[in-house]
Amino acid sequence: MYVYDQYDQQLLNERVAQFKGQMERYLDGKISEEEFLPLRLQNGIYVQRYAPMLRVAVPYGALNSAQVRKLAYVARTYDKGYAHISTRQNVQFNWPELEQCPQILADLAEVQMHAVQTSGNCIRNTTTDEYAGVIAEEIVDPRPYCEIIRQWSTFHPEFAFLPRKFKIAVNAVPGQDRAAITMHDIGINIVKNDAGDIGYRVLVGGGLGRTPILGEEICAFLPEEDLLAYLDAVIRVYNQFGRRDNKYKARIKILVKALGVDRMRELVEEEFNRLKDGEGKLTQAELERVKQHFIDPEYKTLSDNPVELTAAKEENKAFSRWMERNVRQHKKAGYAVVTLTLKQIGTPPGDITAEQLDQVADLADEYSFGELRSTHNQNLVLADVEQTELFGLWQKLKSLGMATPTLGLLTDMICCPGGDFCALANAKSIPVAEAIQARFENLDYLWDLGEIDLNISGCMNACGHHHVGNIGVLGVDKKGEEFYQVSLGGNSGGNDADGSSLGKILGPSFAREAMPDVIAKILDFYVDQRTDGESFLEVYRRVGHTPFKEAVYGKPD
Amino acid sequence: MANLINTQGPVQDTELTTVTLEQWQEEKASFAGQSLELTVSSDQTADLFGEDAANFARISIDFPKFADGRGYSAARLLREKYKYTGELRAVGDVLIDQVFFMKRCGFDTYALREDQIVEDAIAAFSTFTNPYQNDVHDQRPLFRRRLS
Repeated sequence: MYVYDQYDQQLLNERVAQFKGQMERYLDGKISEEEFLPLRLQNGIYVQRYAPMLRVAVPYGALNSAQVRKLAYVARTYDKGYAHISTRQNVQFNWPELEQCPQILADLAEVQMHAVQTSGNCIRNTTTDEYAGVIAEEIVDPRPYCEIIRQWSTFHPEFAFLPRKFKIAVNAVPGQDRAAITMHDIGINIVKNDAGDIGYRVLVGGGLGRTPILGEEICAFLPEEDLLAYLDAVIRVYNQFGRRDNKYKARIKILVKALGVDRMRELVEEEFNRLKDGEGKLTQAELERVKQHFIDPEYKTLSDNPVELTAAKEENKAFSRWMERNVRQHKKAGYAVVTLTLKQIGTPPGDITAEQLDQVADLADEYSFGELRSTHNQNLVLADVEQTELFGLWQKLKSLGMATPTLGLLTDMICCPGGDFCALANAKSIPVAEAIQARFENLDYLWDLGEIDLNISGCMNACGHHHVGNIGVLGVDKKGEEFYQVSLGGNSGGNDADGSSLGKILGPSFAREAMPDVIAKILDFYVDQRTDGESFLEVYRRVGHTPFKEAVYGKPD
Repeated sequence: MANLINTQGPVQDTELTTVTLEQWQEEKASFAGQSLELTVSSDQTADLFGEDAANFARISIDFPKFADGRGYSAARLLREKYKYTGELRAVGDVLIDQVFFMKRCGFDTYALREDQIVEDAIAAFSTFTNPYQNDVHDQRPLFRRRLS
């Protein structure tokens, strides 16, 4: 992974000093609440329902074991002993003291971590495929491009006060969308043209929230070295012309809809053409410098399916299930990609304790070159595990409660912190997730259902990505009471690059207690309707919305 | 009264004839021969006056709220696209924690809001030693400076 040089470290140290000074001036009453707000937000600090929340950046999900141990230290020292993996691959702490945040950031800087621009109306953490660099399908490893974007966006002098937040995601697997790029302000697809040159297909104006919109193509092929000039051009147009009168209409998607993507393209290209051959153009030397940080570790020469592994699978049904569900093919023979699910019953999705963090860091050192990834599905990944070690690793993960073989299944839910923590939420989301997990804990049933994305958001800001869940649940407030609206048919892309879709609302909302029954009715109808091997989404798309609606609400008279 | 500063410290204001963009567009000819300051609001984007920029000794860009970031792009476009070489002043809600960004986008004087501590603002101009991006003062991003 990327290792800071003196310049990177100096910038981060200066940031720590800057925020320390800002906090001191705030506590001295020299900065007003309103004026401190964006300063703390751009250092990752929200003020939530009960306490501040600190969102630590995990650039494109990359972590090393020293960083994970530091996160454990922060959880133990400044928080209540646990951390939460967010849907944008970041790590959140729910209980730090505001006054301690500068010290936490100083501690994190020792391991090259920070909370820079994890909130606020600025360019946020760039996300990508959690399997980047270890799967054979990708055109190139997207992480160097993400790191280049990270550096360009960090303290960008012109774009610290945009109309609204700005999120970029990068996908590098042809025919798939492994980073939900259609749902981002800018989605970058790394592609190769007919001449074999690397470049980017750029989408603009996607996003969830109150007005969910899928991004549209603004550039079919952007040459590799033009990335930053193009990003500058898009965001400069947005910064000038994006709406600032209404925060719900301030995202770039609204500007793109208002102008039309063709007019947007004209404005961007006019600016881009002026910039593209300037000093801001990326160099092959810089691409090479950053790529050197992501070269393969020293893999051994091994073969797939060693005898120990085959034997263990035959002897142990639970291990074989876990292998099938949570372990993925690696590009290198004899290795495997292992997902650690953070979806145990009784724990909010994505939560992990300090002890687990320490133990996971040890596992990374022992089994996976000391590195880990966080995923937008709120899980962790050990990306480089030797197949001969899988059985031993599984046993350890089982004792940590991180071997639930449900990756991609119903109970591998995405869920925002909701009304238990978040001041914005209309409703709680964690208890709904727990009730559904408890109702559908039978592994045979979950396996029989197959892959289903169930996404839960506690309000229409959509941090739980409910619009793109095959089943989406949205918390709503009705006269001070919490209700839940269900939508069906959403999809975030995944294995089908053109398969993204937004869910359609099923009908009137439900009380929280009713939710497990509602989900059960939907699932029963799916099981009843499916023919061999059809997924939930395939059945929904084939039979349509109305039959599902009738299955839940009954037929109209 | 705002405190007028540059990156070194307090500066004396120079008297110029002030015109709004509307006045300029309506009666350009009447200002001939005068030393002018153009005042623009945050929703007046640089494309509306960039071609005329050379007519002004000073252009003052208003930040109605510090969180309104349009002025950064206006400044940058004036310097880099329209090659404006006169004085560029940030006025309005100009606060300590934004002046570093303003400097990089091409402002050279700052009408610091009166409650802001001047010494803290001067110190803030050197918040970061080697930023990643190119800016108005150095067209090379860090990746070109790093290798040199």
